[in-house]
Amino acid sequence: MTAAAISGRLAGSVKEAALAAFVALALAIPMVGLHTVDQGGTLVVETRFHWVAIAVLLVFAGRLALALWPARLRLKARREAAHVAVDGHFRVLKFLAVAAISIAILLPVLPITDRYVIDVATTVLIYVMLGWGLNIVVGLAGLLDLGYVAFYAVGAYSFALLARNLGLNFWECLPLAGALAAVFGVLLGFPVLRLRGDYLAIVTLGFGEMIRIVLINWQSFTGGPNGLTSIPRPSFFGLPFTRTPEEGETAFHQFFGLEFSPYHRLAFLYYLILALALVTNAFTMRIRRLPVGRAWEALREDEIACRALGINPTNTKLTAFAIGAMFGGFAGSFFATRQGFISPESFTFIESAMILAIVVLGGMGSQIGVVFAATLLVVLPELGREFAELRMVLFGAAMIAIMIWRPHGLLARRDPSIVLPLPKRGTA
Amino acid sequence: MEYFLQQTINGITLGAIYGLVAIGYTMVYGIIGMINFAHGEIYMIGAFVAVIAFSILAMLGVANLPLAILIVLATAVIFTSVYGWTVERIAYRPLRGSFRLAPLISAIGMSIFLQNYVQVLQGARVKPLQPIVTGGLTIMRSDHFTVALSYIQILIILTTVALMIGFSLLIARTALGRAQRACEQDLTMAALLGINVDRTISLTFVLGAGLAAVAGVMVTLYYGVVDFYIGFQAGLKAFAAAVLGGIGSLPGAMLGGLLIGLVEAFWAAYFTVEYKDLATFAILILVLIFRPTGLLGRPDVEKV
Repeated sequence: MTAAAISGRLAGSVKEAALAAFVALALAIPMVGLHTVDQGGTLVVETRFHWVAIAVLLVFAGRLALALWPARLRLKARREAAHVAVDGHFRVLKFLAVAAISIAILLPVLPITDRYVIDVATTVLIYVMLGWGLNIVVGLAGLLDLGYVAFYAVGAYSFALLARNLGLNFWECLPLAGALAAVFGVLLGFPVLRLRGDYLAIVTLGFGEMIRIVLINWQSFTGGPNGLTSIPRPSFFGLPFTRTPEEGETAFHQFFGLEFSPYHRLAFLYYLILALALVTNAFTMRIRRLPVGRAWEALREDEIACRALGINPTNTKLTAFAIGAMFGGFAGSFFATRQGFISPESFTFIESAMILAIVVLGGMGSQIGVVFAATLLVVLPELGREFAELRMVLFGAAMIAIMIWRPHGLLARRDPSIVLPLPKRGTA
Repeated sequence: MEYFLQQTINGITLGAIYGLVAIGYTMVYGIIGMINFAHGEIYMIGAFVAVIAFSILAMLGVANLPLAILIVLATAVIFTSVYGWTVERIAYRPLRGSFRLAPLISAIGMSIFLQNYVQVLQGARVKPLQPIVTGGLTIMRSDHFTVALSYIQILIILTTVALMIGFSLLIARTALGRAQRACEQDLTMAALLGINVDRTISLTFVLGAGLAAVAGVMVTLYYGVVDFYIGFQAGLKAFAAAVLGGIGSLPGAMLGGLLIGLVEAFWAAYFTVEYKDLATFAILILVLIFRPTGLLGRPDVEKV
């Protein structure tokens, strides 16, 4: 490149950056530069223009850097990354999966593990399970469900109500809660699944809100905003995790001749959700190979072609919706028994967005990606508690950034369900 | 009877506000076929700019009420439009041509971002504003009930009607309106015929944001309280209004807004206040089941 061309490009980049900085100035003045403070009933405006200056400078520098970053290099790097991802992708993924499961199984007995670690790990696994459940709907069938938390709530409340009012135990409630969530999925899905994808998104969002409104206002049944308390804790196949069991019962530690420790219950809860999550995963992996699973993925790719091939789109989507809802219900029951307390607060839209973000971040349809994303989204806020205020701001920004730079998720590729046996060096 | 009339007035006022927001949804959907999920947040930002502008004017001691309202309207529209433009430029334009769900997910991210951005910068507490436009007309009086039409309600309804007329003319008569209609029919063809598609889409977002800002100013005047969460509910309802009227249709958005506003007012008045949001969503679902194209929408032809 000649000197003139370089200086020309530089001038162009500076102009771009100046423009961006000007827009940033207009954006920042009302929201960053000014804010209102309540002083005895009247609002008083205070200024903080130094923040505006910082924001504008940051935008200018960022835009300049982006413009000067050689475009050709950017493309090349991306292509190379894609190449690496394809080569040896399967072996790495398989290894990762085995390693992850081994670590997960051994975690409670590792010496570094304490109550806090096991608690966070249990939360991670709840989100992994929810992510896997939603992955069936969003990743496989390509239906955008923004109200997944509704099924989570149905599962949690049906568990709590069944256990409290009818005295059923966890293992009796679990299938019932899953079935109820699936019924809700069918009830909602039947009318709306004929619609285009983005309508579905809004209707499911509305449905999630409806469930929450009902939960808040139906005081006599759901406890209203106060929620339901004293939900029975799980027992180890009839052996409760208490220090002093009731008359005629044997506690877990007595039966196995162990010292009593509250850690037992936490470890049991952890293994319980691990098992539930693994069942979800195994189920998904198997059903992907069945005709119905293949129909889901085909529908995601091209609905019209599917209809031409004799697949009933509504019924096929309905099964995905119901099965996804069922796993949401299972996760909900687990959540209820783990917390011992539930309220509508736990089932807001943000929760739905979080689960969706896990699926999207992980790469829609990728099972290991969900694990990765769930760990990231649960553990990062734990590490950065001082940023708690900014957490959701960054969360939203990350969703946009990932859609722009890696629209297919952090783990770029979804492994195909069926692979042709290619010769060693494929034609990819 | 008096009670009914009063609720009709309240419903129409509410519906006018929903209608203004709904236009933003319907225009964007008409042109690029995506739900601008962050539109409710744009409306919320408009309301915040209005609160700040009113506070500044109060501190400066501007006593002329019409002048103050005009200044606030102009400020809110300008600054909010910049937000509308930026949202499109950052979150949606890079995703044009990506897979179908990508812009929607990006829009959800934008909505979460803006909501919490405002919460962090402006505080999570509700912002109360002193009543600015007070007084009203008494239309009907009986022994135990007075039907009142407040000046602020008159202002909201008149502003909305004026904007609707201006907007219809803009779409029907101007070059921008023609370009918008062309883009709505076929983006590629419009581009081939020399229409600057990017610019048209950007201007659509700016116009939508401007209308949402007006709605934000009106709601600030009407209720006198604003917080960072108002965009979510209002956005959902305005979207329901757009769908009810037939998405892509401007008169439909207005009609849908009115109907949703009326339903909400009557539901709250004659049934239960707690479940009024439920009524809106129930209507949305029912419309989608029985008349997916909405009241004034054209049937959606699926092309292979």
